[in-house]
Amino acid sequence: MANEGPDDRKKGLGRREVLECMVWAGTGVLWTISGGVPHSVGLIGEAAAAAPAKGFTFLQMSDSHIGFDKAANPDALGTLREAVAKVKAMPTKPSFIIHTGDITHLSKPAEFDNADKVFGETGLQTHWVPGEHDIIDEERGKAYLERYGKGSKGAGWYSFDDHGVHFIGLVNVVDLKGGGLGNLGAEQLAWLEADLKDKSASTPIVVFSHIPLYVLYKDWGWGTEDGQRALDMLKRFGSVTVLNGHIHQLAQKVEGNMTFHTALSTAFPQPTPGSAPSPGPQVVPADQLRSKLGLSTVTVVQGNKPLAIIDNTLA
Amino acid sequence: MQTLMNQLRLATLRFAPGRAVLVAMLLGPLVGAFVAYGAIAAQEPNEVVIDNFTFGPPELTVAVGTTVKWVNHDDIPHNVVNKDKVFRSKALDTDDSFSFTFASAGTFDYFCGLHPHMQGKVIVK
Repeated sequence: MANEGPDDRKKGLGRREVLECMVWAGTGVLWTISGGVPHSVGLIGEAAAAAPAKGFTFLQMSDSHIGFDKAANPDALGTLREAVAKVKAMPTKPSFIIHTGDITHLSKPAEFDNADKVFGETGLQTHWVPGEHDIIDEERGKAYLERYGKGSKGAGWYSFDDHGVHFIGLVNVVDLKGGGLGNLGAEQLAWLEADLKDKSASTPIVVFSHIPLYVLYKDWGWGTEDGQRALDMLKRFGSVTVLNGHIHQLAQKVEGNMTFHTALSTAFPQPTPGSAPSPGPQVVPADQLRSKLGLSTVTVVQGNKPLAIIDNTLA
Repeated sequence: MQTLMNQLRLATLRFAPGRAVLVAMLLGPLVGAFVAYGAIAAQEPNEVVIDNFTFGPPELTVAVGTTVKWVNHDDIPHNVVNKDKVFRSKALDTDDSFSFTFASAGTFDYFCGLHPHMQGKVIVK
């Protein structure tokens, strides 16, 4: 099954590079950086069929919702374990994991403990950003920061460099305003401006946050109020990849030198924009859950080829 | 086609004890009415129910001194945050509730701090 993104047809990348992102839905997205532009090395679980990766790879995982036990998936920890088993079996070991938020469902210590234990089994370093579910402890984010906030600023934002790529983790789930969307805030935007100031335009950028930085569906709050201000600061860079979670489904678009990608959850699917009364967890029959979280490939290639999302079920 | 016919035949057989079906059909609307009544009765007068990422009723008018109770029926947590910081609930998991007593008159706009597109209003007279 291939779902073509009509808005992205024929736009291509406008660059000579080819960008590909292969996704296995229940696990994560495997990226590799080659010539400064992220592209895929192949399907997780089927990576043996792909050419050996050159340079380095990393993984995006998202929306683990540890502690979630409702009808849409009574065992979110179990499906995370399945995903981690896939990661451990990968023939090409990624350099690290980026987790784009909603590690837990209710910010409870036991939920964080369980998540840490299972992610720890990968033996990989994980770079986290919080989702709104990770900061609903009584002290509104203290539990998250104590665990993952070392070396970060404010509510947990930070940057780091690896293999010549500048990675930026942003937090857009705190101090949300009534009627609004995700929020970065003036302090974080000022920090971002300073962080980028001395970076040359040829530095590849990967920016990640929980809620999509662009407005994907306003009626369900799927976007960031001041996200455009961050994206404006990134416009001068030759290669920008924006990784988000929150919406528990694949969405990808390319705009100029920017590629936007949202990852699937390892816990439960959510409906496509406007297709249900609310964005709440989508209940599918138990024997179909894994087929819903099945093997997916997102490929963006240069030229006239359309952006395609290909889902291969695991069932 | 043959399979379909078989299925239809099976379906007919299954419904052969028609009396029970007939009784059910006659009672159906009555039961439905009771269920509907139960659903309405379950929501107390000064209660706001969270369902499908929506506060219901979105606007509630109460007298000074009234305690308003919010109940979350979604399988995703929500909370209740007053725009002017007069009240703020903790995260409400499924079927958790939060109550606040309005001691003074005024209009109190509130939203969900996790999903701020969810908004509601309590008018205290």
